[in-house]
Amino acid sequence: MIWDWDFALRIIPDILRGLGTTVIATFFGSLLALAVGLVIALANRSDVTAVRRSSRGFAEFIRRTPLLVQLYFIYFVLPQAGVVLPPLLCGVIALGLHTGAYLSEVYRAGIDGVPRGQWEAARALNYQQGQTWLKIILPQAIPPMIPAIGNYIILMFKDSALLSIIAVPELMSMSRNIGNDSYRYLEPLTIAAILYLLLSGIAVLLLRIIESRSGMARLTG
Amino acid sequence: MSDRQLAVEFRGVSKLYGALAVLKELSLSVPQGEKIALIGPSGSGKTTVLRILMTLETIQAGTVWVKGEPLWHMPKGDGLAPATETHLHAMRRHIGMVFQHFNLFPHMTVQENVARPPQIVLGVTSGEAEQRAQDLLRLVGLAQKGASYPAQLSGGQKQRVAIARALAMQPAIMLFDEPTSALDPELVEEVLAVLRDIALEGKTTMLLVTHEMSFAREISDRILFLDGGAIVEEGPPDQIFSDPKEERTRLFLKKIIAAGHRID
Ligand SMILES: Nc1ncnc2c1ncn2[C@@H]1O[C@H](COP(=O)(O)OP(=O)(O)OP(=O)(O)O)[C@@H](O)[C@H]1O
Ligand SMILES: [Mg+2]
Repeated sequence: MIWDWDFALRIIPDILRGLGTTVIATFFGSLLALAVGLVIALANRSDVTAVRRSSRGFAEFIRRTPLLVQLYFIYFVLPQAGVVLPPLLCGVIALGLHTGAYLSEVYRAGIDGVPRGQWEAARALNYQQGQTWLKIILPQAIPPMIPAIGNYIILMFKDSALLSIIAVPELMSMSRNIGNDSYRYLEPLTIAAILYLLLSGIAVLLLRIIESRSGMARLTG
Repeated sequence: MSDRQLAVEFRGVSKLYGALAVLKELSLSVPQGEKIALIGPSGSGKTTVLRILMTLETIQAGTVWVKGEPLWHMPKGDGLAPATETHLHAMRRHIGMVFQHFNLFPHMTVQENVARPPQIVLGVTSGEAEQRAQDLLRLVGLAQKGASYPAQLSGGQKQRVAIARALAMQPAIMLFDEPTSALDPELVEEVLAVLRDIALEGKTTMLLVTHEMSFAREISDRILFLDGGAIVEEGPPDQIFSDPKEERTRLFLKKIIAAGHRID
């Protein structure tokens, strides 16, 4: 098997379109995950036992089952219940829910990491609940969360290859289809792997920069 | 008791943690402007008294009154109903607290620690809040440290910022929970000097929990000796320290002296 440069160059535009879809899925999946994680984290702290139980149960269920099962559920089972969604949307939802369940733990750790004395000082200064969250707790809780959140998003970027199974035309599925059609797998899969590596690498670098600017240094002095 | 309005009054207050009674039908009253020192052995309930006043702990029986209004209750018909958060918010305006471990906000500069709370909570304009913060930082001897972050300060400096922060809210009643006990010995005096200034200024009602007996003796109008969640003895500092009436007070002071502390 010999690397064919002509072939490789010819398939690059298609593969890049796939990469575009992968980035879109990861981007919206991340937004959804950040929101889902926050909702779960807040619900887990709710005063209402039923809310707490169900959100904890939900997060536990999501974390203890494979992403692939969740993806199939949304793609194959929901339509039988009359909910038919386009494949990309199914993928975004699955990625968002899955990563969101993990992010809820990151949020929890970040919030619990703020010492009780900070809540008490805010109360002693007569801050209201919302002001305490916005001005005192979150500014301290978020910087330490950034590395973990970033890592989960990078994981999601790689996991999004699973969307190829439900016919989302993302990076993995484009490469595989090229292989299926041409019986040449070496070039498309290699290019796909390089692109995954390249973007993950860039994301890690970005994350480092954000981390160093996020004020962690100040907190720990 | 004089006819001065009471700043603080506990009437038969009990505080329970599960089955453990930490305060047992405790009653005390503090006229406006009075400086009170709470002393007593570890676990006697001194911190709990302050935390109840700061609304950081609930009570299980009795009533607490601040400036003639119930703190943990609201008037309802002829009786009292549990306080709402709105009521607690209104009542907290009167009270400020300085913690043993400072609890400064690490993500804000020293200046911001002092200036932001009045802005956010009292709606003071930014210009006025910054000005007031600068004045207070000068008062506690930290005029040069406004741009530093708490992590860059010594313990004594942190506690002085915490005092300035509490003062910025202009509470009528200030609570101090062992403000110097987390400090290295050589840093204690700089904080006591600031407390002395506040005490001498006179207007503010002070409740000070401390193991610094000679300081308590120097600045307080009255000493409350707590043991086992109740006030065992109270009186003017000279009487408590030179001529305690109760056996338990005497024993406590003896232990303090035996541990190498001065009470004169
Ligand atoms: N959150 C809590 N849960 C259970 N028990 C508690 C709690 N907080 C305080 N206590 C108990 O209440 C009692 C009184 O505590 P408090 O902190 O008021 O004592 P203190 O007089 O301030 O003592 P110290 O001089 O050691 O600070 C102690 O026996 C303590 O163990
Ligand atoms: Mg204490």
